[in-house]
Amino acid sequence: MNTLTHIGRYFLLLKETFSRPERLGIYWRRLVEEMDLLGVKSVGIVGLLSFFMGAVITIQTKTNIDSPLIQAWVVGFAARQSTILEFSPTIIALILAGKVGSNIAAEIGSMRVKEQIDALDIMGVNSAGYLILPKILASMLINPFLVMVSMFLSIFGGYVAGTATGIVSATDYLQGIQTGFIPYHVTYALIKTVVFAFIIATVSAYQGYYTQGGTREVGISSTKAVVYSNVVILIANYALTQLLLI
Amino acid sequence: MIEVKGISKRFGAVQVLTDISAVFHTGQVNQIIGKSGSGKSVLAKCIVGLHVPDEGKVLYEGRSFHDMDRDEMTGVRQEIGMLFQGSALFDSLTVLENVMFPLQMFATTSKSEMEDRAHTCLKRVNILDKDKLYPAELSGGMQKRVGIARAIAMNPKYLFCDEPNSGLDPQTSIVIDELIKEITEEFKTTTIVITHDMNSVMETGENIVFIHEGRKWWQGTREELLMSENKELNEFIFASGLMRQVKKAMMGKG
Repeated sequence: MNTLTHIGRYFLLLKETFSRPERLGIYWRRLVEEMDLLGVKSVGIVGLLSFFMGAVITIQTKTNIDSPLIQAWVVGFAARQSTILEFSPTIIALILAGKVGSNIAAEIGSMRVKEQIDALDIMGVNSAGYLILPKILASMLINPFLVMVSMFLSIFGGYVAGTATGIVSATDYLQGIQTGFIPYHVTYALIKTVVFAFIIATVSAYQGYYTQGGTREVGISSTKAVVYSNVVILIANYALTQLLLI
Repeated sequence: MIEVKGISKRFGAVQVLTDISAVFHTGQVNQIIGKSGSGKSVLAKCIVGLHVPDEGKVLYEGRSFHDMDRDEMTGVRQEIGMLFQGSALFDSLTVLENVMFPLQMFATTSKSEMEDRAHTCLKRVNILDKDKLYPAELSGGMQKRVGIARAIAMNPKYLFCDEPNSGLDPQTSIVIDELIKEITEEFKTTTIVITHDMNSVMETGENIVFIHEGRKWWQGTREELLMSENKELNEFIFASGLMRQVKKAMMGKG
């Protein structure tokens, strides 16, 4: 099957996904479950990664700009900018594509090969809407919170690493993270996050929904979900940066 | 009554079904039999609307299924109950929740009424005491029973069973076959069973369609089946030594 066919089928699946739901109450319950599964259960890994990435960004920035001509607060400034503009929205999205994307593709793919999706279709349930829509909405609602947690912990990780190693004083770091702060950058990061959440949920669901075969193919779909989500996120990241920042 | 008229289906270069026409009667256990790969499952999937045939029509009480609009199709689908080969129960739901699922999606009754209905269906298939378990905690036979309970939850007019005996021991197979027959008589459903289990055919088959190489090769009752002189049908039915002995005994009596 060629790329254009996949793209066409992806959009047809989206159309099916967003068509009229049968029972809103059931969708609401599924949305809450998915927010827990896809979002709340990712807080740990996001927090851990963010803290240590913030720490590493701070140490690397300091070691690379160690010059008497550059003021000490620049370390905090660079850590904040790197975190808000790129690390938290994009790198966390790539990590979530690995964790959440593979989960979505594997879950839906397993349901396909075990004929559970056929069972939904035969009952007259819109299987795409029932299975995929709550995942899309849950990801788009919960990921901005994850990214805000990530931003805070990354900047905090930089503070801890900087002050604990003595490469930057607390005063300089705090001055740095406040200097030249543009609130729009947070908005930009959150817009990217919502778009990336949509990409992760839909691309992964597409891979799972059209799985054919057995457990081996579920594994392949899961891998494809991560790879294609990452590729689309990187392309969208470039496009959004041009659109929103320039 | 379900009628298929001139159904053909192709996947890429492979012609799977060719010009199949058949009638499946109400209140009877209709069976589609044939070797593995003969196209019987594809035919069943065309009938329930999971595949769209390239040619031909599927008529539910005279209404062409594939010509219906979305709402009409959903309406017919709510009249269909299906038991899948692997049961296709939802892993994350308990037995009770699985049976209640179609009711929650479409019925307008209260939650307690839905629970009552689900319990009635579970009682009907003799598995009421397992309602709080998850599918993974059940044996294959129990899963099939839950699958039947879910299939009858909405009082279906049409019941489809895809290889209901696969993976079951002979005793459990007989229990499931009897259950399907009883439900067909009780609910007056148009039941279509896809099988290659000859014991099942001889026990419950009333209207049998034999598919061979994607074509309808033969159709008749189980009494006619034993007396048929169709070469391919005989090769299929009397493949086992036991069935050959049955035929010999019958010929001796005759």
